[in-house]
Amino acid sequence: MSRAATRTRDQPAGAPAASTISVRDLGMTRTRPSGEQVPAFEGLTFDIARGEFVTLIGPSGSGKTSTLGVIAGLERPTHGEVLVDGRPVTGPGPDRALLFQEPALFPWLSVRGNIELALRLANVPPGERQERAGTWLARVEVDRSTDRQPHELSAGMRQRVALARALACDPPILLGDEPFGALDALARERLQDIVQRERMERAGRTTFLFATHNAREAVLLADRVLVMSAAPGRLLEEFRIDAHRPRTLDDVLVARVVSEIHDLLIGQLEESSS
Amino acid sequence: MKRWTSELGPPLLGIAVLVFVWAIVAAATDTRSLPGPVEVWTSLRGGFTDGGFMEATLKTLIRLAFSFAAALVIGTALGLFLSAFELARRSIRPLVVALQITPFVAWVPLAVIWFGVTERAVVFVAIAGSFPAVALATLQGIRQVPPLYVRAGRTLGAAGWDLQRSIVFPAALPAYMVGVQQAWGFAWKALMAGELIVQASGASGLGHLLDRSEDVAAILAIVAVIAVIGVAVEYLIVGTIDRRIRAKRGLLEAA
Repeated sequence: MSRAATRTRDQPAGAPAASTISVRDLGMTRTRPSGEQVPAFEGLTFDIARGEFVTLIGPSGSGKTSTLGVIAGLERPTHGEVLVDGRPVTGPGPDRALLFQEPALFPWLSVRGNIELALRLANVPPGERQERAGTWLARVEVDRSTDRQPHELSAGMRQRVALARALACDPPILLGDEPFGALDALARERLQDIVQRERMERAGRTTFLFATHNAREAVLLADRVLVMSAAPGRLLEEFRIDAHRPRTLDDVLVARVVSEIHDLLIGQLEESSS
Repeated sequence: MKRWTSELGPPLLGIAVLVFVWAIVAAATDTRSLPGPVEVWTSLRGGFTDGGFMEATLKTLIRLAFSFAAALVIGTALGLFLSAFELARRSIRPLVVALQITPFVAWVPLAVIWFGVTERAVVFVAIAGSFPAVALATLQGIRQVPPLYVRAGRTLGAAGWDLQRSIVFPAALPAYMVGVQQAWGFAWKALMAGELIVQASGASGLGHLLDRSEDVAAILAIVAVIAVIGVAVEYLIVGTIDRRIRAKRGLLEAA
């Protein structure tokens, strides 16, 4: 059997394969209200393989959000570049879905309407939108609230809808800017489970890059954790997590890496305050 | 049923108290300068059966609808134009603010010179008095769209006109509705002032009728009609649309 045929069998027709991300010597300066220019992060270089799940962890102010903003194409770096599948990023696009810390659902649309709008913007034909929206809402377990307005849902449900909206268009890349940071522990766990499941089911179809400040979350989700320093952010260290999925926090390997990352981050905090 | 009584009860009580106090004061004063509720009610009924109230009310409502619709079209178009072009916004917005602050009565002499003592002059005053509020609210609504929605829209692939149509305009709607509510009130007041001052020959309208009326009972009856129209449009049409938009987005406090 040819390689092309194997690929076709593994992937639904028309579904794009996951993309690679290359971040090359990326740097950005931020302008303080006083007009002073301060570096947010500098000399950031890393590669993410097709279908890999990478988490970016660092103390607040280390430039995680800006890094994701540059990869998403919403912000311009002051130095360096980002390549997706070898091509430089010049602006935002539906090939790089982004989950924000807030769900960012459109309040004038119903839950289903939010997903259908995303599908329309990704040029999914009108006949397929309703069914795909329904399928995705079922996958994130909000299928009983599809006709409600976002404000009628709990924070956790809203973020699950945002996840469905981001994944519904089968993006080759899913970026997450601390997407579970504002949730309570239970809602956060549920989302982590859903994301882990998606990571397993979408192997090779989506590359994940999530920023977080929670070491457990970073290790739980990722194939590789990149640890960033305090401002200005640089890469400090990376951890490869080979633990079997689905993982739990009781996993010995997970627990060990979590505590290592924890120590590293605490060291950063002490360094930046001294 | 219960909802109706709890919502309409207090305002009805307020009206009842007003009529009661009015009746007492009227009984104690000269009927010619302050007629009581009964005299005004009689005048109101007479006006609607044979005194031309019906025709005047209809004509006035048609003028209001036309002026307000024109103000919405002109104001929205101007607001969109100003929001699209930075230089236009910076040079023209102050002029629109000036128009907004100018009392609409100031337009009457100009309107009469341009259009003569005609119905068109009256409508001009109403439009000139109300479109700036729509233009400014359109501009404000678009500029105040939460950046998060625009960022989310752009990462979903919306750009250019699609971004405006699918994200920016719907997000700007609640702020726009504030301007619409203001504008309808301005249009109504300007229209009344215009009708009252510009006495076009043969023209019919509540303002005209008000100016031609000589006895106080008829004047009060017409003022009552004007007030009822105002409250009806405010609560039943403009307010309802605004409330629906806000309720859908969770912007209303739970009742």
